[in-house]
Amino acid sequence: MLSYILRRVLYTVPIALGVTIFVFALIHLSGDPINAVVAPDATAETVAKLKKDYGFDKPLPLQYLLWLGKALHGDFGYSIVNSRPVLATLLLAVPNTLILACCATLIGFTLGALLGGLAGFYQGRLVDKLATGLGIAGVSVPHYWLGMVLVIVFAVELQLLPATGMGPGGSSGWEWDWLHIKHLVLPAVTLSVIPCGIITRTVRATVAEILNQEFVQALRAKGLLHRQVIRHVVKNVAPTVLAVMGLQLGYLLGGSILVETVFNWPGTGFLLNDAIFRRDIPMLQGTILLLSMFFVVLNLIVDIVQTMVDPRMRRS
Amino acid sequence: MSPRNKLLGPRFVTGIFALMIVSGALAHDARAQGHLRIGMTANDVPLTWGQPDNGFEGYRTPGLMIYDSLINFDLTSADKPSGLIPGLAESWEVSKADPTKWTFKLRRGVKFHDGSEFNADAVIFNMDRLFNDKAPQYSARMVSLTNFRLPAYKSVKKVDDYTIEFETKSTDAFWPYQICYVLFASPKQWEATGKDWTKFAESPSGTGPWKLTALKARELAELVPNKDHWDKSRVPKLDKVTLIPMPDPSARTAALLSGQVDWIEAPSPDAMKRIKSSGFEIVSNIYPHIWSWHLNRVEGSPWNDIRVRKAANLAIDRKGVVELLGGYGVEAIGHVPKGDPWFGTPSFVPKTDVGAAKKLLAEAGYSEQKPVKVKMLISASGSGQMLPLQMNEYIQQNLKAVGIEVEFEVVEWQALLDLWRAGGKSPQIKGAHGVNISYNTQDPYSTFHRFLRSDLAAPAGVNFGYYSDPEMDKLLQAAQASFDPKELEANLAKIHTKMVDDALFVWVVHDVAPRAMSKKVKGFVQSRNWFQSLSPVTLDK
Repeated sequence: MLSYILRRVLYTVPIALGVTIFVFALIHLSGDPINAVVAPDATAETVAKLKKDYGFDKPLPLQYLLWLGKALHGDFGYSIVNSRPVLATLLLAVPNTLILACCATLIGFTLGALLGGLAGFYQGRLVDKLATGLGIAGVSVPHYWLGMVLVIVFAVELQLLPATGMGPGGSSGWEWDWLHIKHLVLPAVTLSVIPCGIITRTVRATVAEILNQEFVQALRAKGLLHRQVIRHVVKNVAPTVLAVMGLQLGYLLGGSILVETVFNWPGTGFLLNDAIFRRDIPMLQGTILLLSMFFVVLNLIVDIVQTMVDPRMRRS
Repeated sequence: MSPRNKLLGPRFVTGIFALMIVSGALAHDARAQGHLRIGMTANDVPLTWGQPDNGFEGYRTPGLMIYDSLINFDLTSADKPSGLIPGLAESWEVSKADPTKWTFKLRRGVKFHDGSEFNADAVIFNMDRLFNDKAPQYSARMVSLTNFRLPAYKSVKKVDDYTIEFETKSTDAFWPYQICYVLFASPKQWEATGKDWTKFAESPSGTGPWKLTALKARELAELVPNKDHWDKSRVPKLDKVTLIPMPDPSARTAALLSGQVDWIEAPSPDAMKRIKSSGFEIVSNIYPHIWSWHLNRVEGSPWNDIRVRKAANLAIDRKGVVELLGGYGVEAIGHVPKGDPWFGTPSFVPKTDVGAAKKLLAEAGYSEQKPVKVKMLISASGSGQMLPLQMNEYIQQNLKAVGIEVEFEVVEWQALLDLWRAGGKSPQIKGAHGVNISYNTQDPYSTFHRFLRSDLAAPAGVNFGYYSDPEMDKLLQAAQASFDPKELEANLAKIHTKMVDDALFVWVVHDVAPRAMSKKVKGFVQSRNWFQSLSPVTLDK
């Protein structure tokens, strides 16, 4: 088991390197970063001076290596837009995204597992049709659009929940009280819709598949009670659902740009959005590297948990 | 007199009146307070270390709230364009013997928020921050945000504690406009924050009417009044202002409608009706902004024929464009609005006249079989661009109706700025015949010179289209050497007259900077400027 974990950890190194090279190349393909920093009609003289000041006058491979060398020592550099340290800014944003993504995953997983389970056990019936319909809707509805609709209904019309932000004083002093949680409800529900849909469909398909397997018929033939059969089915469904949930959490951690922007949620998605529009290269590189590492680490955790839950995987 | 009568006697009545007056005053005082929350369009709280980012929105909030400049724009009137008024400098004059030398007399007794004194040393410190790369306070980022606005700057020296002398690179009457963009930060506070501008930005110290009390990156900035501000008429009446970055227009609108903020900048046109029907007010006023097509004049461009330029200007249904904007725009018949002191007396009026447009094109040798074909660079969004896709498509239809076929190359906003800087001869623009970028017309250099001076053709400047006219160059030079304000106005009017008569741009609309606010917000005067003052604003309870 330990060698398996070590091997998987080692795999993350080339992945991380690949990601940094890819991101670096993509950002530089989109235009000269210094042009996003200088004012539109800055003189050529000013632009040249600033390129030198920021180190953008060096050849690209050298710029990359310099950045990588510092990043390996935990120095992600400074934002070229506001001069704040990238790592400190990221560390402020990450907990906010974690709060949102974990809550959304929890909602999505609970609802998805419930709906998928019901649909799987009662295939072809009304409850199956309803759950499948909800699952398809969840996957199909653009979540930023849903976010806006929820805001119109619950914030603007009913005035029950706040439309934006993370609390009365921003993200400082976040607490799990109603004053703060009410800011979390709409973005978390919005963000949970896609994982909910995906998990519903996955659970339904897996349950349906397992119910048709011979061992379930054998269990029933042995005279086991319905709930005992369900317990066995759930154990067999768990590894697949866990894998999907891990992936979904990874997507939510990195892919909540639109929802965080619609709700002004000061997380990594909002940060990334700002960095993209302003071509803030150090911030973009740092954020993308961190988010991709989240994904890699989550996959690793999921693999390990799956192995623990399903002994067959360990053997393979 | 019975006790009952005593109770209703004259003294009692006088007392009641006195009480009413006092309580009325108290009630007024109570109204003249409050906590105003503003939803900004910026992605982040603009930089608070002196020179703001996020363009003029950053100057407006919180730049000119925390800081002052040597010369300020007069933001007290909604009825006339803002002129220049003394700020941290009480007066300024150009040397008659050498017009590149400017003497500024500084205001005495002005204190920074940290209690230190504003004087000539503070001015030198702040100019070195931008122009002396050997100085420890030099900031490349602030340079990138500011120096392009001060093309005339050469040097500064201290004459005495309250007198400084600026030298410009050449004779330049626009220097007072340029120095408006330098905001003065406290040298003492910079020392106190470890000589680190990033830390300074967390607890900045300026001389402005507001002090920053809280800053949370990408979330909010809180400011309270500086009761000791040197200009008592600018001491804020509110208790507190919170600035909240909300880049998404629908999020801003929802925040206003749900009562999370009291004021939003730039509501989207399609939300105006809803905002008004929900009991909010839309405040707007014309300001120095022009939405136009900047034409490429390199060899082979169809825009080199004045008849084609005039025909395009005559073909546009500006009324329709304003309707598209929900009524929040002013039809542009020049680079500056009619009534502006710089407007002049052009004989060509770019009003909608399809017949005249067709006639001009026919005279130029074009017909239905042989239409004018142009390619324009446009963006899908961007600062000050209003509704670029919808507006450009509308104009495309207008022009097609007279025989001008327009093809659009839609690029991302920053990429569009890159192409604009590259200029009309650059292979990057792939033969485009113009660019759609909205411009500010707040000062003479930004309004005219940067686009029209032949020596500022790209890449030396942003004369994108390589426009060159010796006669215009002479007018531009004359304006830049006009130190008397009346003479300057007259010379700028001559430039604008020629600009319109030669139809140098295709002008469409001026923005009116709509902002939506709760009816509780009182006292706001929307000046005809990019900058606004929150000092007179109050919030009813």
